[in-house]
Amino acid sequence: MTHPSDTGPAPVLALKDVSKSFGAVRALRDVSLELFPGEVHALAGENGAGKSTLIKTLAGVHRPDAGQVLLDGASVVFHGPGDARDAGIAVIYQEPTLFPDLSIAENIYMGRQPRRALGRIDHKAVHAATAALMRRLGVELDPDRPARGLSIADQQIVEIAKALSFDARVLIMDEPTAALTGSEVARLFGVVRTLREQGAAVLFISHRLEEIFEICQKVTTLRDGAWIASEPLEGMTEDDLVRRMVGRDLEELYPKQDVTPGEVALSVRRLTREGVFTDVSFDVRRGEIVGLAGLVGAGRTEVARAVFGIDRWDAGEVEVDGRGLTNGAPSTAMAAGLALVPEDRRAQGLVMDMSIERNIGLTGLRTTVRAGLMDRGAERSRSLDWAVKLQVKYARLADTVNTLSGGNQQKVVLAKWLATGPKVLIVDEPTRGIDVGTKAEVHRLLSQLAADGVAVLMISSDLPEVLGMADRVLVMHEGRITAEISRSDATEESVMAAATGRAAA
Amino acid sequence: MPESLTRAVRWDTVVGALLVVVLLLSFATVDGFGNALNLSFLIGNTLPIALIALPMTLLVVSGEIDLSVASTAGLSGAVMGALWNQGMAIETIIPICLVIGVVCGLINGLLVTRLGLPSLAVTIGTLAAYRGIAQIVLGSDAVTDFPAPYLDFAAGRIGDTFVPYAFLPFLVLLAIAVVALHATPFGRALFAIGASEEAARFAGIRVKRQKLILFTLTGLMASLTGVFWALHYASARYDNATGLELSVVAAVLLGGIDFDGGKGTLGGAIAGVFLLGALQNVMSLKDVSAQSQIVVTGVLLVLSVLGPRVARQIAVARAGRRAAASPPAAKTPTPTS
Repeated sequence: MTHPSDTGPAPVLALKDVSKSFGAVRALRDVSLELFPGEVHALAGENGAGKSTLIKTLAGVHRPDAGQVLLDGASVVFHGPGDARDAGIAVIYQEPTLFPDLSIAENIYMGRQPRRALGRIDHKAVHAATAALMRRLGVELDPDRPARGLSIADQQIVEIAKALSFDARVLIMDEPTAALTGSEVARLFGVVRTLREQGAAVLFISHRLEEIFEICQKVTTLRDGAWIASEPLEGMTEDDLVRRMVGRDLEELYPKQDVTPGEVALSVRRLTREGVFTDVSFDVRRGEIVGLAGLVGAGRTEVARAVFGIDRWDAGEVEVDGRGLTNGAPSTAMAAGLALVPEDRRAQGLVMDMSIERNIGLTGLRTTVRAGLMDRGAERSRSLDWAVKLQVKYARLADTVNTLSGGNQQKVVLAKWLATGPKVLIVDEPTRGIDVGTKAEVHRLLSQLAADGVAVLMISSDLPEVLGMADRVLVMHEGRITAEISRSDATEESVMAAATGRAAA
Repeated sequence: MPESLTRAVRWDTVVGALLVVVLLLSFATVDGFGNALNLSFLIGNTLPIALIALPMTLLVVSGEIDLSVASTAGLSGAVMGALWNQGMAIETIIPICLVIGVVCGLINGLLVTRLGLPSLAVTIGTLAAYRGIAQIVLGSDAVTDFPAPYLDFAAGRIGDTFVPYAFLPFLVLLAIAVVALHATPFGRALFAIGASEEAARFAGIRVKRQKLILFTLTGLMASLTGVFWALHYASARYDNATGLELSVVAAVLLGGIDFDGGKGTLGGAIAGVFLLGALQNVMSLKDVSAQSQIVVTGVLLVLSVLGPRVARQIAVARAGRRAAASPPAAKTPTPTS
């Protein structure tokens, strides 16, 4: 493991011994990084390793406390994101922010549209320039289409096109694939390869290791803000990379225990919500982990929401332990022993401005009560108990959850629901956007819960996770369950075939 | 030690301290302020604001607001006057007025929770509607001849002390409200609803039901205030308590209840109420015109939205400095990456 060398072709953008602190937290310590034209460089590290700080330093949002940012070998100081953009550095975020009512072309040329006489916008020129960008990217998107209704994948393409229109030479992609489906990822990678061939330097961040190996040539690893290694990916294995990231050998990522399923705990019969999902029936038994796979938009999350009572269903019934649930009533679902760890932990799973203690306490408003009043002692010990059991990393229980990293936030959501002692646990994308170490912890936890007799329904777009953890896989396609595949028969091919509606199961 | 530091800049504490300072300054410098009679006037005139501030605090914490409260109070007073003119017994009239308040609140609540309309818009509408109904009910009459025991209770004080009779039931209601907001599951859920309604729903909290209950209670308290107002000033008119909603909202926000919901304490809100009441009393003693007093209320409203934000920034800055001064603990949370 050596620091980047000083020989060879000049990097277009580099960091040299950069440090950055926020209060007592040293987010970056003597970090170096070199990005070369025509190269896709991965940035690896667990949540909290300093990846975001590094990106923001490159993008001109943060200024380093020590060390240098080098552009074409010369030291530069970015006074803001505008400076970085003018230097040809563009950042593509996980969830782009476009103006929904403007067209794709207008979004790309916002504020700098080509003009005709009298200052009128030259719509033809805008259209033509956008079409040219799309051709360059090898993507078919109508420049006149409004941004509203574009998939996240398409919105990212628009952001990339916008970056190109600024003549960006360095493209920083911050977890661009987190919300994409398999085919969308493939298209994005096609675009990235095209950019690479055209001489762009790309910095790529992803929690999915297989993606790093697929698209990147080099990798820089950070751990706890410190630079660990910059090296070519060729010859490395996923285990090597994980070891660099976590600093130790990781136990198995999918520690699935074999359990003999018990009686049916969750029974869903002919559940229908018009226009969303149709005639959905399935059982989950005690001790079972049932995977619910499918493309984004297939209706998986919507089924979970209806079962838990967030949305009403139009027909069908749901039973927990043989007791029918009331339509549209999460409180009765909870009372029956159902728990839902929702898809969006920041908006649905947690009250971000509330303390860890109170967030976990929110599911105990009916139980940690004495004579009608909150039993603060019981609430505190319940929260502390579960925060410790799940090894949440925090300073004080009274800290608000928005001070925690993503993985620890997810642990708080899990703690909040496990504290209710659920019979049935529905988890929706339980490991999205969290680092590989925490991911393994969550998997071990789910496996242990199942072994203890909890019925687990796991919605996930992460196929290896579904295949690694589920006893059975249900696959949804366009609002219907199209396949039920046993653990032994489930492969990426069989699940994807059902998810895309290619196989009649 | 560090904890007491952060607490020292909490806005509700600031308002409490400000109230003490204003009271002490007024005792020292304003002629006629410190005697028991004036103080009982101060409290009695502030009670309408304080009564409505109790449910309003809970409502704003949950992220909603009710601007129709003064009109509900006016309607309640108007009905009281009209029925009294018809010769009905006051013991029958007052419950009827309270029921009307419940209905007014229920209407607001149903419009907000069932139709999903923003409470600001709904209650601006019912502010006009309820006041209009009040005028239809009583016209431009002023009813003043309510039975003496009731008038004495609403306007009188205990012996020669500064404590109005009506202050005692208020203290009971205050205690109930403090417990409801800060010590019950209901109150705990209100903070969650105000901070993130969606996350509250996903935690199994019955958001709509809680809000409906709050709007209804607010209507009830507004009508109770309307009854008190008519007896306290011995005058039931359709335009009683006009503009009172401005004072209530100003006082509650001044007390550190975040307009966006999810933050604040009832102690702060009540400190805000009596700070506003004390200022109004002092201004009256100094012969400041009613119009100028409204200007002061308006300025306070703006300051009260601004103040807590500044206080929070100071707290954050202090926390940052504290963190920088102490070595990182073993369990230091990882920075958001």
